[in-house]
Amino acid sequence: MDGDIRKNTYDDGSTDFETGEQRIRNFNINFGPQHPAAHGVLRLVLELDGEIVERCDPHIGLLHRGTEKLMESRTYLQNLPYFDRLDYVAPMNQEHAWCLAIERLTGTEVPRRASLIRVLYSEIGRVLNHLLNVTTQAMDVGALTPPLWGFEEREKLMVFYERACGARLHAAYFRPGGVHVDLPDQLVEDIDQWAVEFPKVLDDIDGLLTENRIFKQRNADIGIVTEADIQKWGYSGVMVRGSGLAWDLRRAQPYECYDEFDFQIPVGKNGDCYDRYLCRMEEMRQSTSIIRQACAKLRVEKGDVLARGKITPPKRGDMKTSMEALIHHFKLYTEGFHVPAGEVYAAVEAPKGEFGVYLVADGTNKPYRAKIRAPGFLHLQSMDYICKGHQLADVSAIIGTMDVVFGEIDR
Amino acid sequence: MSEALQELAAFIGLKQPDAVQSSAVAFDELTLVVNLANLEALVEFLRDDPACRFSSLVDITAIDHPERAARFDVVYHFLSMYRNHRIRLKVAVREDDMVPSIHELHPSANWFEREVFDMFGILFSGHPDLRRILTDYGFRGYPLRKDFPTTGYTEVRYDEALKRVVYEPVKLVQEYRQFDFMSPWEGAEYILPGDQKADAKPGAK
Repeated sequence: MDGDIRKNTYDDGSTDFETGEQRIRNFNINFGPQHPAAHGVLRLVLELDGEIVERCDPHIGLLHRGTEKLMESRTYLQNLPYFDRLDYVAPMNQEHAWCLAIERLTGTEVPRRASLIRVLYSEIGRVLNHLLNVTTQAMDVGALTPPLWGFEEREKLMVFYERACGARLHAAYFRPGGVHVDLPDQLVEDIDQWAVEFPKVLDDIDGLLTENRIFKQRNADIGIVTEADIQKWGYSGVMVRGSGLAWDLRRAQPYECYDEFDFQIPVGKNGDCYDRYLCRMEEMRQSTSIIRQACAKLRVEKGDVLARGKITPPKRGDMKTSMEALIHHFKLYTEGFHVPAGEVYAAVEAPKGEFGVYLVADGTNKPYRAKIRAPGFLHLQSMDYICKGHQLADVSAIIGTMDVVFGEIDR
Repeated sequence: MSEALQELAAFIGLKQPDAVQSSAVAFDELTLVVNLANLEALVEFLRDDPACRFSSLVDITAIDHPERAARFDVVYHFLSMYRNHRIRLKVAVREDDMVPSIHELHPSANWFEREVFDMFGILFSGHPDLRRILTDYGFRGYPLRKDFPTTGYTEVRYDEALKRVVYEPVKLVQEYRQFDFMSPWEGAEYILPGDQKADAKPGAK
């Protein structure tokens, strides 16, 4: 037949001669684990038909440290710092979930000032995360300036981390029953001052990216997520809100004292990478507003930052005068506190989505089983589904907008 | 909150009497203990029933109880964004049992089931791609089982002479330290230093 490109097989088993152009097979490439756009140690095995992604098989686990196994042989308090090392972009949000789980099992009431400080630092964590994500995603699609500007602000926020707890990244600041130490008054003022100035920086980044032609071309209509996809793949966080569902655990299932804060939940319309970018930008503005509200409340709300009791250390002053306090302190930091038997699932709206801890306690000083539910795990899982049919260059845009960090995915 | 969950539990128990063994509400969370054989049907019911709409799979994990005959508990967490409630399903599984995969109902179950297989060695029937996920290529054993040592069995290092990474059996330079902080009067399960003399007969040297 004229122009028939099907392969003909003849009776003697021979086939038509094929030119080099006709003998094409799909191309497999490794993306990562050392690729800068892989956001860590992700290895993607991509099957390409020309430049179109046919199949995408993420290989994860290169950063697996066995956190859950290690946690089973450590006390509840010793386990807390492991949470900083999960999503190391916004450490305190993870600690929050662990503290909430323990507090629910032990029935501990957190003092109001501690609760406000937690909200304040959770929102700082959200800004930390979104700044990194938005700007590095922009870098993945070709913009170099935003990360430089964004990291300058991140640096300032990490100084606030450092001034609160002494560590820039691995904070271990949220403790079961409150927060480790109180904030100095000057720090609250400085955070408030920062929150006044920060929208200006956001406007600058906004001016660089939002209407940028290249940025739009690389992000709009890429990686579209529908409502059905959200349910099928178990998305959470911005992956949900970018598609128009106003689902936010801070609003839907309020924890801590989020119900007394005034904030909006930005939603996207098209569910593509560009809408998720816009959502993150607006969330940063909302977080800044929450930070300012929290600072205002912290100025008036004085008091203790730890629920004094079995699971928290005694005051330093008490230890100097009371034998019982000294014994308590010693026992708390060696044996640790005991958590009554039971199981609980505590989730927080971490910047990346729903971060949850499923804690099974057996009444001893160590968790019997702790499962960490990382939002990025589910997001990355759907890479194959989302990337199919996209160009190779879009893969890095999609990874960036999914907001994956391997500390939490590989655990 | 609790009453609504109680009602929901009663409703599910009424609609799926074969599947639900028992239900409990603790810490404002609903837990159903489910039969292994009816798991798939129940998950589908929970997903599609207009009163439940647990359309979003949150988590699948397992708990190891080596002393039990049905050694593992496979735990499912579901969330309904429409009804704004959560549920937890627990299935007791023997070591040689196959758990039906729910990836056709919830595609997101794929990696969770791979992870449970990787960490506990529980097999999922009907899973499209039951490979290890978090551990190393060629890893052996199931790390989150209680009888797996925290240190593992092999260690990896770069060999300067061979110019490649080599795998070796774990060599511990000091014994693994298990601190036992239980006070003796809380029931320590070992002989305290000095106590071994207590049983010795007086006079017998």
